Order: sequence, then structure tokens, then C-alpha cells
Amino acid sequence: MPSHDVLIIGAGLAGQRAALAAAQAGATVAIISKVHPVRSHSVAAAGGINAALNPEDSWESHAYDTVKGSDYLGDQDAIEIMCRQAPEEILYLEHIGVTFHRDEAGNLGTRAFGGASAARTYYVADITGHAILHVLYEQLMKHAEVVDRFEEWFTTDLLQDDDGRCVGAICRNLRDGRLEVFDAKAVILASGGAGQAYTPTTNGLIVTGDGIAQAFRIGARLMDMEMVQYHPTTLAGNGLLITEGARGEGAWLLNAKGERFMEKYAPNKLDLASRDVVSRAEQTEINEGRGFPDGTVSLDITKVPRRRVLEALREIVNIGRDFAGVDITREPIHIRPGQHYIMGGVKTDVDGRTTVTGLYAAGEVACVSVHGGNRLGANSLLDTLIFGRRSGEHAAGQANQLPMPTTSPSRVAQTQEKIDAIIRRVGEGRRVAAIKNELGQTMNEYCAVFRDAEGLAKAHEVIRRLKEEAPKATIDDRGLVFNQDVIGWIELGYMLDVAEAIVVGAQERTESRGAQFRTDFPERNDAQWLKHVDISANGGDVPQVSYSPVTITRWEPQERTY
Amino acid sequence: MPEYTLRIRRFDPQSGEAAYWDEHRVELGERNSVLDAILKIRDDVDGSVGIRCSCQQAICGSCGVRMNGKPGLACNTHLQAAADRGHGAGWDPPEEGQYNSVITVEPMGNMPVIRDLIVDMDQVHWKKIQRVTPWLINKQPVPEREYIVPHENMVDVTQTMACIQCGACVSDCLSMEIDPLFIGPAALAKAYRFVGDPRDADHFERLKDLSEDEHGIYDCTHCFNCIDACPKDVAPMSQIMRLRRKAGSDHEIKDRNNGYRHEHAFVSNVRKNGLLHEADLLPDSYGGKFHPRAVPELLSSLPTAATAMVRGKMTLGKVLTHPHKASKAVKQIFDSIDGQEQRVELNLYVTGYEDEPEPDQNAGPADKSPTFPGPDEGPEAPSESEHR
Repeated sequence: MPSHDVLIIGAGLAGQRAALAAAQAGATVAIISKVHPVRSHSVAAAGGINAALNPEDSWESHAYDTVKGSDYLGDQDAIEIMCRQAPEEILYLEHIGVTFHRDEAGNLGTRAFGGASAARTYYVADITGHAILHVLYEQLMKHAEVVDRFEEWFTTDLLQDDDGRCVGAICRNLRDGRLEVFDAKAVILASGGAGQAYTPTTNGLIVTGDGIAQAFRIGARLMDMEMVQYHPTTLAGNGLLITEGARGEGAWLLNAKGERFMEKYAPNKLDLASRDVVSRAEQTEINEGRGFPDGTVSLDITKVPRRRVLEALREIVNIGRDFAGVDITREPIHIRPGQHYIMGGVKTDVDGRTTVTGLYAAGEVACVSVHGGNRLGANSLLDTLIFGRRSGEHAAGQANQLPMPTTSPSRVAQTQEKIDAIIRRVGEGRRVAAIKNELGQTMNEYCAVFRDAEGLAKAHEVIRRLKEEAPKATIDDRGLVFNQDVIGWIELGYMLDVAEAIVVGAQERTESRGAQFRTDFPERNDAQWLKHVDISANGGDVPQVSYSPVTITRWEPQERTY
Repeated sequence: MPEYTLRIRRFDPQSGEAAYWDEHRVELGERNSVLDAILKIRDDVDGSVGIRCSCQQAICGSCGVRMNGKPGLACNTHLQAAADRGHGAGWDPPEEGQYNSVITVEPMGNMPVIRDLIVDMDQVHWKKIQRVTPWLINKQPVPEREYIVPHENMVDVTQTMACIQCGACVSDCLSMEIDPLFIGPAALAKAYRFVGDPRDADHFERLKDLSEDEHGIYDCTHCFNCIDACPKDVAPMSQIMRLRRKAGSDHEIKDRNNGYRHEHAFVSNVRKNGLLHEADLLPDSYGGKFHPRAVPELLSSLPTAATAMVRGKMTLGKVLTHPHKASKAVKQIFDSIDGQEQRVELNLYVTGYEDEPEPDQNAGPADKSPTFPGPDEGPEAPSESEHR
């Protein structure tokens, strides 16, 4: 039975960074992932990573942009930590081998990005997340003696002792269906967001809110769940991401009449305003009849010199060619806002600690909150790495002082029975995919760029109905080896929990801030809503809502224009 | 919408049964992907079809499979393109005028199958990646800030950095089929990612290691399958050839596999004869017919020589005389390559600038890109040392 000081669940950027940091701090570490680590969705992060590393730039400027981007909902103490430590983190990445592109002098090069007052986005062509993820994995291979990797293991339950401390997890080896107890003095969730609760989404099929739901179920508090980012440039139809790097390199947004409509909405920053602002602008153009018949506007990348596109944006050249049949170096491509990221997640402090003792969270699964109401592009990679590292270090430090917990192996029997029951059952209900699809469509219709009380109530009603229905859903696979059908069923449950938390949060916040735009409450209301909406589990009933204050250090809320 | 028939190779190790074909008909657009079709089957009909997949945009590298005989990602292979490859007859194109709507989907090759379309990449692919010391060995001293390195070098290694470890190249590597210990295209491309990185301290040691290993860089036979298979244009074989040129020409590593001398023998043979004079190639690789080292090697290759005689590839006359002489044009090619100050190498990220309009003076970032050809870049030299 494996036992480690620190158990990390999820092996994207946050998880791998946490593992390396915890190991370096002297802890014994296990990292578990339901997919091979390089398949984690961090791999899809394209545009870059922010840091005020240039001598002319300052962390204060980066922090201010982030605070403003968050629509003043981000906690400023956490934002300060992230922006202060960003340069050091970039240099760490550079030193372990990330192939950041350079400027003419051979120094680290930058590109412009949305909502930023300086070009401070460091990048590797448009495969920055991919490059960092693969280089971190190189380091995990290098340090295989101090970090045990469990690749293709699916976490089914988080374990707690009698005092409620999180002391490990039960995981299923996908190779043979075997369940195993992983004892640990501390558990770090790094399992990413929940994009698959929406259809379409830019997120991969594995992004199903596992960690958010697992933490929620054992009593951890969620925060800012209503803040769901719609990325301004996703492909019509399949929802694939076209990186913000395209606009950073000079591409324009145009409506069907060929007008550069961002001049109206963000006269200063134009196409590089914050994502919530640009997505709302696009959706307004589309709703008011200035979009194309397929419900899109266009992104004109031909403004960027072709050779620069081929060097720095090659991935989206391929995406255009393979998934839209468009050569983006020759013609504009149709895009629209699409679900991309969740700012909310498991509430943590600046060391990644959740409200459950022994349980940490870092990356998209967590809400520190550095993104508040709206995340700036290229701040997510930074968030994963800074708070991944801090969680790893803190968890390792705590583990020093604790005895190794032991969970009775018989605890496995309970989970085994649950899974066997699913596999044994001859399904009488709808298929898992049908339920998931209804959930995704509903969320995308009623809990998207624009929201109102009526739509949210409808969405909530659908979710409650699907929650009743999901346990009876049909599955076909009765085997032990790579039974993805059973995993899909468990993931559906996770997504329904997360979706309900999102909708409840959105219903609660009767104002418009960041990604939450209520057409029935179109103004930001600092007097009443400059606070976080927290969500906690309430048995099987509708989750409970409470509030927590926003930390303000030096930037008082102002009117937000770009 | 057109209808396609997917013939999926199924295998359940728990059942004790052999693998079998499972047929499904799917109505989807021509430009929908093979993965779209598999997911539709899984969602609507049979949830037990096993395939790894996640991003659906050719970046996570999960869904490597063989489709009508050719390896690739299911998510970026269009149904019609897969169907057009014919009837699962390997790499053979369909006959003219033939319409095909059947797509066979099989697990990748050269790796054991775990279940259905899921193969054991740990046993093969990742083991080989581990073999090449896949992490940066820092040049000392590590600077306080970043290493100052040319932009061109970073852009250059981006091509191998773009590898998504999907295994498509490993699947159809012919050398690996013959020699399962061959380090292989993906891992050697990964090795180039460090050998091409100016921040790495161990270029020589890496190259020597990969040259001396009899399953290393000289084990590749130039079949181009990996280049054809790669969904990310990493061109693993080209990276292997770059490793060879660096090992042979830059570091003069004379490996015990005779790869270095063989390549040189090849070049001088063609330079002298214009056409390859095969009877001389083997002796030349050992330093000439009368070199002491050549004698035992040549004796051991007598059966091969005998076969060559029987096939008419070699006659006593040909062994003793050179029927061809290199023409002026051939000499010119060699001279022009030798005359170049720097070796030019093809790279995905810094070529392909055809019909480029004049650089826009106002476009700031564009000015940062290298001009073509870059210091170490340009159109690939005609095979100077590419044949074995």
C-alpha cells in the first residue's frame, strides 16, 4: 500500500510543479493522474506566461493589471505574491530547459497580451503550455527516485480521518481496475477545471471537474464559482481555441460588415482588452445582427506578417487548416466566444490550503483568488506554477511534523462495492453521453456570457433533474481493463456537482462583474457585492451559500474601462 | 451526410478471446475526424470501445491509432482522407476511380496492445525516451538571469519541442520492427532537442553515446515512415540525420558501428563515380579493399557478395573497374556544398516563407523573426551523408 508525505492528484503544470517543489523540500512524493502527465490539459495552453521580468516593467504594474482584469474581485495579497514571484519562476523554467523564444539580443522575448499594460508575456511559439509541461515532465523523469509517478490512475474518493483531516485517497488503476489506498500526510489537488460541463468548450474531454467536486463532497468550500470565462476566439462548431497570442501579434476582430468593432467597446486597448470585455463585445455584435449567419464574427490574422505567423503561431495555422478548412495566413477565420476557464474553484489561502485540514489545491481546480471575476490571458500558467510550488513547499513542511496516517485497507471495500454496483447494473436510463450533452447545452445557453434570473432558474431545474437521472444512466462496459465507461459515469457526477455550484453562484450574485454579466442587473455594485460568493455542500440538497471578504491592499476599486 | 463504415480492431484481454473486427456505420461530414466517428459510436451505441483521447485538437497526443493502415491521430484525420487511403492495404494508395467508405482503425504497431485501440506506450515509447537522458544538463555556470542564446536556436529546437509524444512514428518505424531495441524516431528527435540547445553542456557525450550504441542513430534506414506519420511535422528522421551530421562532421565521432566511415565512403563513392558503385561501397567503408580491417569484414560479407553476383548487381568486371565517372554537374554539386561556409538545415519553423510579401515596416514583432536563410538554416543540402 503506497504511503507518502505528499500525495498530488493531477499532473498538469500545477501538479508537476508541486511534486518537484515538495520533493526538493525533502518530502516523499507521489503524483497520480488519470492520464499520462503530458496529456494533461495544461498542454493546450498556447499563448504564454506573464511576468514583469524586464527592467522597465514592474511587478506592481503586473499586479494592477491583474486586479483590474479581475474586476476588483481578486484578492490583492495573493495577486501581489504571484506577480512578485513571477520573474523568479520564469528564470527557473528557463534554467530547467524551457525553450522560450528570444529577442534579437538573445534575451527572453515577449509578446503583447490582453489586459496588460506592457508586453510581458513569455512564450514558446504558440505551444507555451505544451513546452513547459513537457520540460517539467523531463524533470520528473530526472527525479524519478524522489517522485513516484502513478500514471493512468483515477481518483475515486478523498479520505479523511476521524477529525476530518484529509489523509489520502482511493484510486483505481485503469490498467487492471484494481483499487488502492494511498496514504498521505497531505493531499494536493491539481486536477484542473471543469470545462466539459459546457458544450462546446475549449477544454479536453478529461477536464471534468473531478477535484472541485471531490473537495466539495468532503466539505471544502468553493469560491467564485459563477466566474466562468468565455474566451473571445473559439472556432464555431467544435469550440477549439484560437490563441489570444494571435491578437497579441496584431490580429484584428471584425464584424460581418468588416468593422473593427472593438473601437466602440474598448477604444484604448481595442482587441487586447480583457477577455470578458471582448467576449461581451462580440456577443453584442452577434446578438444585434452584425455577426455572420453562423453566429460568429471574424478574426483577421492576415494583419500579422505571414512569416511571423508561421514561426510564432504555427499551431493555429494547423488548427485552421485541419478543423475549419481555412488558411489563416490568407483569410479571416470565423470565431465566437466559447467556454474556456473557470476562475472559481476550491477556496484556498496563498499557500494552497483549503478549508479542509490536510487538503491543498492549486491551479484551475483552486480559487486563491488571483483571477477574481476575470482572468487575464497568460496569468493561468503563472497561477499553476506559483501556487503549485507554494502548495508543494507548504505541504512538505507540514508533513515533517506529522505521523504517517493509515487508512484501513477495508475502506476500499466500500468504494469497490459502489463501482461493482455500477458495473453490474443493467442500465435502464439514458446514456451517459446524452445526459452530459444536455447538461453542456444547458450551461452554454443559460450560464454563458449573458445571464438572467429566468435562464439561471431553468438551468438549475435541468441540473436537479439530471442529478436524479444520472445514477440510473446506462453503461455498457463490464470489464476491468481500461473501463472508460465507468470512469465516464463517475465524471458525470462530478460535472453535475460543479455545474450546480456555478449556477447557484450566478443566481446569488445579483450584479454584473467580470465574467458574470446579469442582463437583469447590468451594473457592478461594489456596495453590496465586493465580496466572494462561497459555496458548500449540503447533503444532496441545493448547496449552501455564504460570503467572504475580498482582500484589498493598495488598489481601491475604480471604474473599469479599456 | 456521407456514411462511413468503421471497422474497429477490438481486443479485451479479460475475455480470453482473440482480437476481432467490430463494424459500425456512422453518418458524419467528410471533414469530421475519425475520432468524432469513434466517439459517436461510443456515445450512442457501445460505450466499451477503448481509445485514449482528450483535447480533440492534435495537441495532447492521446489518440494515436492506425487508420486504413497509416498511423496518425484520430482527432485530426478527416474521415474522407482516411477513407481515400483505400482498403486498409497499408500505405498503398487506392486505385484510380475507386471510391471507398470503409475505414479500418487499429491500435498502433511496435507496441503491445492493452485493450482495443489502447497500446502500452510505457513498455516501448517511454522507455526509449528515458534512454536519451531526456533533460537539460546545464552548461555551467548557470547564469543569474536567463542564458543568452540566439533566437534562431530556440526556434530551431521548437520543431522537436513540438513533439506531442503520440507514438505515431514509433508505430510504423521499420527499423524498430527488425530491431526492437532501436532507440527510434521519437526518442532520437527528443535527443536533438538537447543537442540543438546551446544551453546543454553535454552535446559531445550525447552524440558519442548515440553513435556508439548499435541501436542508435546509425540504425535508421531512411524509410521516411516517421516523417510521413508525424502529425506535428517534427520530421524525426531529419532530426536523426542532423544528429548524424553533428556527430560525424562536427565532432568527428568515429563509432564502432562503422556508421561514420560508411557515410564518408558513400559520399566519396558518389563523388568519384557519379552513380553509386556498390561493389566498392562495403570495402570503402572499412578503409579500402586492402585495409587490414577490411579483410575479416569482407570475408564475412562473402555470402552477400555472392548473392549480389547471382542477382547481377556485382560482376567480377564491375568489382575491378569503375563503369561510371562522375559528370561535371555532379562535381559542381559537391563543390557548391563544400564551398558553403555553414551547413544548411531544413527547419519547419524557419522555412516556408514562399511568396512572402515585403516585410511590413510597421509590424514590430515581425522584425524579430530571422531572415531566410538563418545562420544555421536554409534549404536542405542534397544528401551529403544521408545514405547508409
